[in-house]
This record gives sequence, structure tokens and C-alpha cells, in this order.
Amino acid sequence: MHNKSVAQLVKGLRERQFSSVEVTRTYLNRIAALDCHYNSFISVDAEVALAAAAAADKSLAAGNGSALTGVPIAHKDIFCTDGTLTSCGSRMLANFVPPYDATVIQRFKSAGAVMLGKTNMDEFAMGSSTESSFYGPTRNPWNTELVPGGSSGGSAAAVASLLAPAATGTDTGGSIRQPAAFCGITGLKPTYGRVSRLGMVAFASSLDQAGPMAHSAEDCALLLNTMAGHDPLDSTSSTAATVDYCATLGDRLDGLRIGLPREYFGEGLDNATGKCIDNALQELAAQGAKLVDVSLPHSALTIPTYYIIAPAEASTNLSRFDGVRYGYRCDNPIDLHDLYTRTRQEGFGDEVKRRILVGTYALSAGYYDAYYKKAQQVRRLIKQDFMNCFEQVDIIAGPTTPGPAFALGTKSNDPIAMYLEDVYTLAVNLAGLPGMSVPAGFVDQKPVGLQLIGRHFEEARLLNVAHRFQQATDWHLRTPGSAQGAHQ
Amino acid sequence: MEWESVIGLEVHLQLATRSKIFSGSPTAFGAEPNTQASAVDLAMPGMLPVLNEKAVCYAVRFGLGIGAHISKRSVFDRKNYFYPDLPKGYQISQFESPIVGRGSFEILLENGNTRSIGITRAHLEEDAGKSLHEDFHGQTGIDLNRAGTPLLEIVSEPDIRNAAEAVAYLKALHSLVTYLGISDGNMAEGSMRCDVNISLRPAGSETLGTRAEIKNVNSFRFVEKAIRHEIERQSAILEDGGKVVQETRLYDAERDETRPMRSKEVANDYRYFPEPDLLPVVIDDAYIEAIRSTLPELPADKRQRFLTQYGLSKYDANVLSDSRALADYFESVAAECGDAKIAANWVQVELLGQLNRDERSIENCPVSAANLGGLIRRILDHSISGKIAKQVFEAMWQGEGSADTIIEARGLQQVSDSSALETIVDEVIAANAAQVKQYLDADESKRKKLVGFFVGQVMKLSKGQANPQMVNDLLAKKLL
Repeated sequence: MHNKSVAQLVKGLRERQFSSVEVTRTYLNRIAALDCHYNSFISVDAEVALAAAAAADKSLAAGNGSALTGVPIAHKDIFCTDGTLTSCGSRMLANFVPPYDATVIQRFKSAGAVMLGKTNMDEFAMGSSTESSFYGPTRNPWNTELVPGGSSGGSAAAVASLLAPAATGTDTGGSIRQPAAFCGITGLKPTYGRVSRLGMVAFASSLDQAGPMAHSAEDCALLLNTMAGHDPLDSTSSTAATVDYCATLGDRLDGLRIGLPREYFGEGLDNATGKCIDNALQELAAQGAKLVDVSLPHSALTIPTYYIIAPAEASTNLSRFDGVRYGYRCDNPIDLHDLYTRTRQEGFGDEVKRRILVGTYALSAGYYDAYYKKAQQVRRLIKQDFMNCFEQVDIIAGPTTPGPAFALGTKSNDPIAMYLEDVYTLAVNLAGLPGMSVPAGFVDQKPVGLQLIGRHFEEARLLNVAHRFQQATDWHLRTPGSAQGAHQ
Repeated sequence: MEWESVIGLEVHLQLATRSKIFSGSPTAFGAEPNTQASAVDLAMPGMLPVLNEKAVCYAVRFGLGIGAHISKRSVFDRKNYFYPDLPKGYQISQFESPIVGRGSFEILLENGNTRSIGITRAHLEEDAGKSLHEDFHGQTGIDLNRAGTPLLEIVSEPDIRNAAEAVAYLKALHSLVTYLGISDGNMAEGSMRCDVNISLRPAGSETLGTRAEIKNVNSFRFVEKAIRHEIERQSAILEDGGKVVQETRLYDAERDETRPMRSKEVANDYRYFPEPDLLPVVIDDAYIEAIRSTLPELPADKRQRFLTQYGLSKYDANVLSDSRALADYFESVAAECGDAKIAANWVQVELLGQLNRDERSIENCPVSAANLGGLIRRILDHSISGKIAKQVFEAMWQGEGSADTIIEARGLQQVSDSSALETIVDEVIAANAAQVKQYLDADESKRKKLVGFFVGQVMKLSKGQANPQMVNDLLAKKLL
């Protein structure tokens, strides 16, 4: 049962081959038995999940099923869930139970999905390893000495270890794609504005975007069908029409022009990882795609640009966590200043504090023009690079990360080394483009991800290419040995 | 040395939208604390602002009202500072690209003349909540009902020269925004709050001196007092050869003084940057023109029209155009009775006097314009005298109906029936033989005075209803 794809679950539930309660119980049992190895969940409420499953079974029996009725899904703990702890991986929100659902959560509810639990993440989504979580690090199911990537590491590990058939994630600079690559699953960051940000705890407002994480492109398409769409309560959500992301999955790739940015294949890319990517590209070429050499000349400026804009926005987004209205509050504050400083000193972890400081600095009088304003100018150049490429090619492809998953603890004290993990993913957020990571092989039993980048709102094209690739390969079907020792 | 003061005002005007600028919560004043604060207003995690279009519309109305440049593209920014009644830790405001650019409008000086004051800009922003320090025993309560109320911050040029002009500016602004219907202008409820920038320079100098900013002055009277004090304070410093420090001061109404704010109260780096949760506000000509087509006649134009159309005095035109409701009332009365000057007189003397005594506003006036016009019509057609008219007005105020109803019910019609009057006149002459003799003995010059006695007696007997002109004529005939 736990080996089924979302598509298979939807079909099986609809045909009453099994019930949602059975499926949900299977996953709950697996979480109870196995998550001690991965720490991929922050909270699981079996009772609530089973009640939702029972309700789903009722709808199915009455023939009132929706797109995902009865399918269990795990949600990153960044999405506010009515009545369920939403910690964002932080001590600051370790007591926070929202009285509302994020739009993403609401959409899954309307589609009939069952929430399995809330997954672990880097604190406030700031990190590339899920080591900065207040709830302890998540471990990579392929090798528990390795990080699962981050910040959506909990979601990636849960899907990879078959503790959930699919999960939601968010991606501000690679937080869906990089953990998807490290854990050998498929993840999609949609175009900025495609999925509502309402009820998603904000990290960097102009970069944050929610997306699906699952085994296959087909499953991601199914989830995206539910997630995508305009939300009048998110002014930055797009009114552009959505499409059925499943409809074009099988389209042939003949004549598809795939751009290979030379900046993504040069120095810094691990050789073995590069080989996996080459092989994957050859497979796409074999299906009729044309590989085209392209350039993103401002790539070298991506990391500095991102690490000004994202912290700047974060520094003010996180000002609301002040101990006044909700969340963590220090004990016995002597005055207002003490309340603020100790609450934030005790409530936030190191990486969050680092980014608040960097962002505050970048926005300060006298530095604003040199940092924030300049970064916004460079951001436009980076976006223009992509626009120029998309005049010659239909999609862009390359590695998701410079190398496979690294060992826990090796980069957590070296912020710069950690930031370099996202060198290939950050630009996509700066340009607001859709990006995917697709399993493309292994290096020393560690998964490697192929990144696909599309034009704005062309998620369907990315999913199509990924699906065709997955029809010809089985990397996405491989599961880690540690996940097999499960009982049913 | 003689000093000239240079004053600029920043007014925070509360816009009269029904819901908040970035959430659907109501903006009504006076509700129980925190009953009008949604998850957005409380800055709950993941909540996002959605711009209230009405606030944009009102800002554009204001811009058009002062002939300002309206920005087709304006941008919201975050103004960052920590305070418990600022839930997000930043205020959403407009910094670099405000919606309303340069404009100007006329203020009315005490001598009845007008003067044009420049407006530098006006921008949209959200209000903060309130910190409540009483009733919490060493703690502070936070009421977020006001958080997110739309404000238009209106920044004047440093065109104002003294306290009286500052008050005139505020009065004119109040009149303008209530004409435009974009604010209730209720100062007691904080709908207009004012910061004053003030500096002195030697008379005749063109360069500006160092300014002080006085925060949060919330009534016309306090503005006047605060400015007078600040001018005295600064000129004393300058006379002593000292230098004014650029600082933010707080007006303390109780002690009637300004004092520097503690450095903690002054955030010096707001780290403004464009609000990434909102798109730039983009409007087009059609939008602007649609709003322009709904603008009412504004105070300055109305004042001018009252002078030319009705031939009112400058003073009358100023008083009657002060508020749109009063001006409309006056014009209805004038139209009803057909004599604008008498209408102006009645509205200003009897009506405003009675409203003042009852502490009512023109909006709650118990006498309709139609009824007041009807009353004046009866004076003009001699059905009643001016004196009786005041009685009728009194009765109308008490709700006894139209002038005609009251005149009829109380039998107040002027007696113009000559035979009835003749009887009364004969009676008076017969009853006052001594006075008649005195009259007849007097020479022509004194007779004029003595005839008044007989008129008075006739009026007395007729209960004031005798037509005075006819009485005079009759007496002149009979006393020969």
C-alpha cells in the first residue's frame, strides 16, 4: 500500500479497492515505526487524520469524491493549519496553533486530501540542511548520516522513506528542489504567484513559493492542480489562467530545445554529479530534444544578490515575532525593551538571527543604496539573462545542486559553504520562474537531481519533460533500503 | 531682532472608508477593544495585506481637490520600527512614490482674505493601534481596533507664517475634506492629527532656520498654543545667541508646553523599502476622470459663487460656505423664499444661533430648509412681521410643523383688514385723550416721536399682528 503513487491511490480509492482509513492508517503506522530514524515530522495527529480519512471514505461511498479525496498528504510546518501546531521549525512558534488554514491547506481540504502531519524544516525555512530546526535535524533516508537538504527536508525525507505518498514544500532559494534532489524525489517550485502565499509563514515575500513534492512528475502535476490558482487575499498571486497539469504530461519531446547554461556546468560542479546530469540530458536528446549551449552571464552575482534581498525581506517579516500577541515570550520581562530582546534572543536560532542582522544592515540608512537597491538592479539583470535564453530555448536544464547530500554537521558552522549549496537554484527564485528537480541517478548511493527551469507559468512543460524522462528511467522509483524494513 | 516663523504641517487624516486599508475589518470608532481586529490586523503569521480600493479613490479625490499631480503608479513601502501597538513591526506607508504629488488650496485668513498654501505631497498609510496605560496596574494594554485604519498623510509646504494661519489652514483642510466626503474630520476622535514643523529666521531672510517638529497636536486650539510656545522658545534661544537643535518635541496640553521626546520615542532609521506583499498601485486616466466627474463644488468656488450669484458680503459668503451641509441648507432656503440676502441673514443669525445653543450640527437641524424658506416667504408677503416670525421659528424648532401650519394654528396672521384696524385705532384714540392733546399741541418735529405711543398701543391690542404700515397710515389720517 505504501508503495503506491498518488495517481494509483486516487484510482484505488475511487474504485473502492481500499479505503482512505486503511491507507491513512498504513502511513500513520509507518510514521510511528520509522520516523524515529529520520525525524521528518514535527507533529502527527493520528486521530484527526483518521477522522478526515473516515469522512473521505463517506464521500467516496456517496460518489462525492473530489480530485484527491482520501489521499494522505504531509504538509511542511510552514503552512498554517487551523487547530494544529504550526511551528515553522522555531522555538518562537513552538506554542502557536493558528485559528485559520493557509490557502494551500484549504485547497487540499476542499480536494478531499487527508493531512497526515506537519513536516520538519529549517527554522523559518532558512537553511539547506534542515539542521537549524528547533525540533532537531531531519536525516536523509538514503543514509541517515547525511542531511536531507532543506529547508523542506522533512517533506523530502517523509516522501523518500514512504512515510507519505506526497508532501507540500516551500521554496525561497531552492528549498523544494535541493531536498528533492538529495532525497531522490521529484519537486516543483511553481512560478512566483502561481500558488497563494496566504497562511504560509513568510520568509522572503518576493521569493517564497509553495509547491508539491512527490515521487513522480505525474504526482506533482496532480498536487499542483489542487494548489495552483488565484487567491484574492494574496495580492501577489497571479490571475493568469491555470491549466490541467496532467493533460500534457505525455506530449512528445521532439524538437524541444533545452538550454544548457555553461555557468551551471563549470567549476564547482562535482564530476560524478555532472556525469549523471549528462546521462539524463542524453536520454532527453534520445527522445528528440535538442541540446543548446546557452549562457546566464550574471550567474556569479546570484548568491550575493540573493543574500541581500532574502535577508532584507526576512528581517522585517520576522519583526512580528515580538512576544506581544502570540508565540514565544521570555519569562518575567522587566520592561518593553527586555521583552523584545530576550524574547527574540531566546526564541530565534543562530541562522535566523544571522539573517535578521544581515537584512537589517542591508536596509539601513547609508547602506540601502549600496546593498538593497543595487541587489534589486542586479536581480533585474539576472531575470533578463533568463528571458534572453528563453528566446532561443524552451526550457533550461542543469544540475539541481553542485553535489549530492553532505554529512550532517559538516556545513552547519560554515554559512558560506551552506549558501553555496543553492548556487544553481537561487536564480530561479530571483527571476520568479518555475523550476523542478527530477531524480537523475546516484553518486555513491546518494541521489542526484536534474533541474529543469521553464518560462513563467510554463509548469506544464516542465512536468511534461520530467514525466517523459520518468517514463524512460526508474530513478524516481528507487527507494532507500532503510524504508523497506517496514511492517504493513 | 525681528524673527519670521516658517511653519509646515503634516496632517494625518483618517479616511472614512467602512473597512480598513488592508483588511476587511470595520473602522467604526468606539467599539470594545480588539473587537475590530482580524488576523491581518493582528499580524498573525502568514497573513497578507489586500489594498482597499476605496482608500485609493479617496486619496485621488483629495489630490483632484487640491489640483495636485496624481501618480499613475505609486508604491507602498514598509516603515520599520518596533512598538507594541504596531503588530507587524512595520507600518505600510508610501515613501518614495506617494499617490498625490504637489498641489495647493486656499485658506481663509482672519481678515476675510484668502491665501494659497502649497501641498508637497499626500500619501496613503495604515494607522497603528493604541497603547492603554491606565487600568492595567504597571502593564500596558493594546487595542488594535484602530490598527490598519486608512490614513492620508498630507504634508504642506513651509508656507505658513504664524499660529493663526496654521489654524486657518487646518480649518480650510477640514472644510475641504468634508466637502470631498473623504473624512468625517472629527478631531475629537482623532480623524485629523497634526505634526507641526517650525523654524525661525531673521525677517527678510530667504534661508530656512533649524526646525523642530512638534508631534501629535490634536485640536485647533492646541495647534495655536503649541506654535505660539514654540515660537517663543526658539526666539528666546536665538536672541541669546544660541542655536535651535533639530529635534522632535511633544506638545503637553496639560502643562501647555513643548518638551523634547525621549530618544527612545524617536526611531531614527525606519529602513524603508518597497512592500513586497503589495503590487504597485497603478491607475489610469479613465479611473481619475471617473472620480473627477463626481467631485462636488469645492469651498473656494462656492465662496466665489455666493459673492457673485447672490451678492452676499464676503463675510456671509465665508460663513455660509464653511461646510457643505450649511451651504446646501442656505441655498435651499434661498431658493425656497427667493431672497438670498434675507435667507443668509436668517440662517446665520437665528438658525446658527439656535444650533449653537442646542449644541447641534446643521446635519441634525430640526427645522428643514423648506420650512425656514416658507417662513421667510411669509415675512416677504407681509403675512407676518419679523417679530412674529421669530415666534413661528421657535415653534418650528419645537417641531410644530411648517410656518403656515403654525401661523394658522396660532392665529398669527398680520391684521391687514382696514375696518378691523380702524376700530382698534379709534379705540386707542378714545382711551388716550391726554396723549392725543399732547400730540396735537406738539410741532411737526416732535409728532413723529409721539405717534410711536399710539402705534405701540395698537400693536398691543392686536397682539402684534397689526400691519404696521397700515396702522401708521390710519393714525396719520385720524390724528388731525
